[in-house]
Amino acid sequence: MAKRRKGVRKSFIAVFFAIVIAIGVMITVTAEEQVDDISLGLDLQGGFEVLYEVQPLDEEEDREIDRELLTDTVSALNARIDVLGVSEPSINIEGEDRIRVQLAGVDDQEQARELLSTQARLEFRDVNDELMMDGSDLVEGGARQNFHGETNEPIVSVTVDDATLFEDITREISSRPPEERQLVIWLDYEEGDSFEEEIMKEDSKIVSAPRVDEVIPSRDVMISGNFTVESASDLAGILNAGALPVELEELSLNSVGAQLGERSMELAVNAGIVGIALIFAYMLFYYRFMGAVAVVTLSAYIYLVLVIFNWLNAVLTLPGIAALILGVGMAVDANIITFERIKDELRSGRSVMSAFKAGSRRSLSTILDANITTILAAAVLFYFGTSAVQGFAVMLIVSILTSFLTAVFGARLLLGLWVNSRALNKKPRLFGVKESDISEI
Amino acid sequence: MKFNSETSKLDFIKHRKKFFAFSGAFLLTGIILLFTIGLNLGIDFESGTTVDVLAGEEVTAAEIDQQFAEIGYEPDDIMLAGENNEIGRASFIGGLDQEESLEIQSHFEDIYGSTPNVSTITPIVGEELAQNAVISVLIATVGIIIYVTFRFEFLYGVAAIVALFHDALFILTVFAVTQMEVNIPFIAAVLTIVGYSINDTIVTFDRIRENMRLEKAVNTFEDISRVVNKSLVQTLARSINTVLTVVFAAGALLLLGGEGLRVFSFALVVGLVAGTYSSLFIAAQLWAVLKSKQIARRLRREELKAREESEPENA
Repeated sequence: MAKRRKGVRKSFIAVFFAIVIAIGVMITVTAEEQVDDISLGLDLQGGFEVLYEVQPLDEEEDREIDRELLTDTVSALNARIDVLGVSEPSINIEGEDRIRVQLAGVDDQEQARELLSTQARLEFRDVNDELMMDGSDLVEGGARQNFHGETNEPIVSVTVDDATLFEDITREISSRPPEERQLVIWLDYEEGDSFEEEIMKEDSKIVSAPRVDEVIPSRDVMISGNFTVESASDLAGILNAGALPVELEELSLNSVGAQLGERSMELAVNAGIVGIALIFAYMLFYYRFMGAVAVVTLSAYIYLVLVIFNWLNAVLTLPGIAALILGVGMAVDANIITFERIKDELRSGRSVMSAFKAGSRRSLSTILDANITTILAAAVLFYFGTSAVQGFAVMLIVSILTSFLTAVFGARLLLGLWVNSRALNKKPRLFGVKESDISEI
Repeated sequence: MKFNSETSKLDFIKHRKKFFAFSGAFLLTGIILLFTIGLNLGIDFESGTTVDVLAGEEVTAAEIDQQFAEIGYEPDDIMLAGENNEIGRASFIGGLDQEESLEIQSHFEDIYGSTPNVSTITPIVGEELAQNAVISVLIATVGIIIYVTFRFEFLYGVAAIVALFHDALFILTVFAVTQMEVNIPFIAAVLTIVGYSINDTIVTFDRIRENMRLEKAVNTFEDISRVVNKSLVQTLARSINTVLTVVFAAGALLLLGGEGLRVFSFALVVGLVAGTYSSLFIAAQLWAVLKSKQIARRLRREELKAREESEPENA
């Protein structure tokens, strides 16, 4: 019995190395993929953010801006952003009448802004600005990007709901004097706009003003108007996405060129690597063997946070990085609290095994209380916070939970394997404790 | 580092009045400065527009000014940024509209081949964010007090919250004194310090709580001081090691993270120092003072009660 006790159980050490190697392999194989998958926020990647104030449309001035109207506007904006092909846009209702739209990584910002704030009210008027037909007369979702049968230029085709409406309109217009035989197709016509003035403008709201010399007995209307394939499909896209039920006024715009974003990102990543390397070196130097365990669990922590972050489809921003740093700090802190306890126990003369057990047990409640208090604060920030504050809170909660998993359970498991293997028995120096500091019992 | 609580001569309690006086004076200066000259608010909090011109090579303020003059704009302020002064940051107080900013962007794109960053900020965004952060933190402090009262006791909660505000105000004071520009990432840094401060204080308090349980009778301020001092010495190695590791991360960002992260990481480093200082020299001492007063009150009540019982119905 006594003889067996002295032997080192090599299987425990083998399990330790198996776990460490498994973690190492997993990180080296998939880390790059995980890092590439992270969606970076505006501040890191570039892109832009627009804050809109919502106002009722001209014709319904008295309409109150309520929650329902705001929600409708948000869905309309969402549908439009799909047209842009931006993934994970962030659209938030703020206050009573504001909507914040954030798009990261948009190449053509001017196009995006125009696409967002246009009301997409398609109207067909005569040369005297008399309304003939509007978007509500069209089949919903029936707009298509197409090519003109003869000229092969890109066009947008829409379908009229009522089978005879378009025929009636063209009959009416073609019966007018020749100079008035035009059907003016407007986008976002506003009270006071006139055909004569608008058609002279370079950036006109008039999409096109085709001549109508004969009756067109069709439900399909083809709109040609100097489109490129892209602009035609954009228009079809926003027509299908639906008109905005409100008018949006830009309150603020924050656009970040990707160049500065990339520059700061590169520097920040390198700085982060240096910082983490310093932490690793310090932990190894100060806690020796336990420091090595901390290096493994910290690596696992950083990797896991990235995985969970991607899994949540969250967008990494600067406040997120701040929370990540705090998370690293709290993960290291959990290790330090445990290790200091174990050292205390070793100095008081306990054996390695019993010091490990007592130290782990006693440090747990400290770590729990500190972490729960911080999570509580983070949860309040998440609940009451807006945009950046909320992003910070999400990252902080993820970080704390993960750090608890790695720094408490992970470190305990890994260190436990060594302690239980009995390889460390009577070797307090490996824990950074000098023999001379151990008090005699 | 090895701190033995039995042999250590470190006394954290004796000089508590000096720590209180230092923090009090420093923070009072901060409050006065905040109300008089205030913080140097960046464009995030002042209405206006900044245009970051990325020249890709060293530029001078005069060059940028001239470029703006060519298209008929006159910036209110031009600041150079970047390691080799290759970024020109022009501020327009009052703001530019959509067309104007597009005109400026395309003008500088033609010249330098890269689109300038245009930030048109009505202070609504920054002000609301700051306001929201302040309100959220205030609500969070209520939550923290409730939790700490439940797990520890009310006085620990009070001391922890005082330390939290101490640390947040400490950063604000440093920024009021240095007049460094305050931006939105600064808010993230302050939030981080709030989180760190509470975490750090709770760890120290946890040890005090544990040591208090081991004591048989704690009646005088000397008793409490002894326990608090012992706890601080016992957790000292942890306090120093933890702040060192976080400072490694924040310091690396400060030194190597580039212009964009400077304000943020500087605020972090200042806050970490303040957070550790308050955990070691303010929070526990404050708790000790409050606790001894509470015990004194209790003892007086008991004494009074005992006296009443021993001499019943004198009248």
